[in-house]
Amino acid sequence: MKVAVFVKQIPDPTGVGRLDPATHLLVRDGAELVLDPGDANGVEAALRVVEANGGEVVAITMGGERAAEVLRKAMAMGAGSAIHVADDRLRGSDALATARVLAAAVARSGCELVVAGTESTDGYTGTVPAAVAELLGWPALTFAKALEVDSGTVRIQRQTPAGHDVVEASLPAVVTVTGAINEPRYPSLRGIMAAKSKPLELLSLDDLGVPPDEVGLAGAGQEVISAAPAPERAAGELIEDDGSAARRIADYLAELKVI
Amino acid sequence: MGLILIAAEVAGGSPSPLTLELVSHARTLGDEVAVVVLDPEADAVLPALGAHGASRAYVGQERAYREHLGQPAAHVVSALVDRVRPALVLFPGTQEGRDLAARVSARLQLPVLANAIDVTGDGDDFLVRSSIFGATVDVVTRTRSRSPLVLVRPKSFTATASGGPPPVTEVLPLPAEAPLGARRLESVVAPSAGPGLEEAKVVVSGGRGMQEAANFEVLEHLARQLGGAVGASRAVVDAGWVPYALQVGQTGKTVKPDVYIACGISGAMQHLVGMKGSSHIVAINKDPDAPIFKLSDLGVVGDALKVVPALIEELRARGLS
Repeated sequence: MKVAVFVKQIPDPTGVGRLDPATHLLVRDGAELVLDPGDANGVEAALRVVEANGGEVVAITMGGERAAEVLRKAMAMGAGSAIHVADDRLRGSDALATARVLAAAVARSGCELVVAGTESTDGYTGTVPAAVAELLGWPALTFAKALEVDSGTVRIQRQTPAGHDVVEASLPAVVTVTGAINEPRYPSLRGIMAAKSKPLELLSLDDLGVPPDEVGLAGAGQEVISAAPAPERAAGELIEDDGSAARRIADYLAELKVI
Repeated sequence: MGLILIAAEVAGGSPSPLTLELVSHARTLGDEVAVVVLDPEADAVLPALGAHGASRAYVGQERAYREHLGQPAAHVVSALVDRVRPALVLFPGTQEGRDLAARVSARLQLPVLANAIDVTGDGDDFLVRSSIFGATVDVVTRTRSRSPLVLVRPKSFTATASGGPPPVTEVLPLPAEAPLGARRLESVVAPSAGPGLEEAKVVVSGGRGMQEAANFEVLEHLARQLGGAVGASRAVVDAGWVPYALQVGQTGKTVKPDVYIACGISGAMQHLVGMKGSSHIVAINKDPDAPIFKLSDLGVVGDALKVVPALIEELRARGLS
């Protein structure tokens, strides 16, 4: 079976994010760009499905030229091929437009299972995978902390506030995974070398048949009108623990009448 | 401003607290507040929804809404939105709300905005505030489409009763052609003790700095002494040290206790959004540059594994066992 995995290149989440003051778009220049750590769990989950059932993992991304780096990373981990949707007209696309593009790429790829992270670590919108599922007319099994595929059936353990639900659907389907599902493998040196010669297909909006006026800033159903530092909390007291910190905390809790 | 529609959620025979927050706030946004309640127990929650300001309710009580994820509800809610053309649709920012809003967005080609912490009217449009980058930047977005879909984070608004009567009800049948999709086979409930994380006045949370799962015992002890609940960062939930039910943050619980004690938590952005509304924040971390200290009222640069046991002893000396 062919399994698609969505990957996204994001500014290193351990750094501090910045927005362009004029466009309110995320500043990618100057920031170190990495594979979204949540997507690394997705790649790992997709690879395990293929290792158990046979087939191939196809890594799919939408983004600028440098986004190809995360496709190479996914292929270094073990994905067999990659699809890169790159088009200047996509700049500023919202979640719905992103879903339209990714759904078109999945349809073209012939994959019958899509694996994605629950949400990106930069934007946290978390609506793209389920929107892709709706556009394809597929079920979405979201928030998976365990995933199993067996003869045309996909079954997950879905994290819930109280524990987990066991959820099942027939393929084709979309699955989103949480960080709890696995420990992503590191690409081996051999994997990194092999990734360089794996097929990477570059597609435009025209290749996918997605109308340009429905994506990018033009197609967005909303506009960002301001981005400003959030009101800061008053600077607090910072102390070094020299053995007296516990007493200081207890005094503070007493001041607050918690004890 | 017309009709504000809210996708209501039912929890244990009542509207979820977040649903009541949305219904209450919607009164400030529109001329009329309507709810769509798709749940076998919908009937039981209508009086409470009315008492918070919903004057109209669209109701479906098929079991399919509990047994299947997203698809049947999306089918019915999309048809409803298309028919009644609400000025705005508010969804609870929960797993279910997210799946539903995403599908309605795709079906109707309507934009969806996530992680809202405030929504206000602006002429015919709405201004939606959300905070990004670990709650350090506030973004305001203006909607510019019909019936924009907005997912709202818990505890952004206060639930206040309006004293309204039960809403006028219309039953929405689930059409036979609606796809059912993924099916819930069973629900497993993990055991929990002490006050609920979301209701607790004191939350003692642990992160990677607690080194290993066994060390959460001291956090449980401290929480017991303070009559509070234990929380955790996503990193330690993902590592399997504690169940997901304890996770505080973007994809976990949103807490606003009187005191939040962060132990060995550096303060990743997805964690901060879940706890930055706490009245008072105490942080213990080895790294003086940890982002959590930017939010804390009292920060201790030190090893949580030493400071927390010392604090337990100190509280014991003050009469708390």
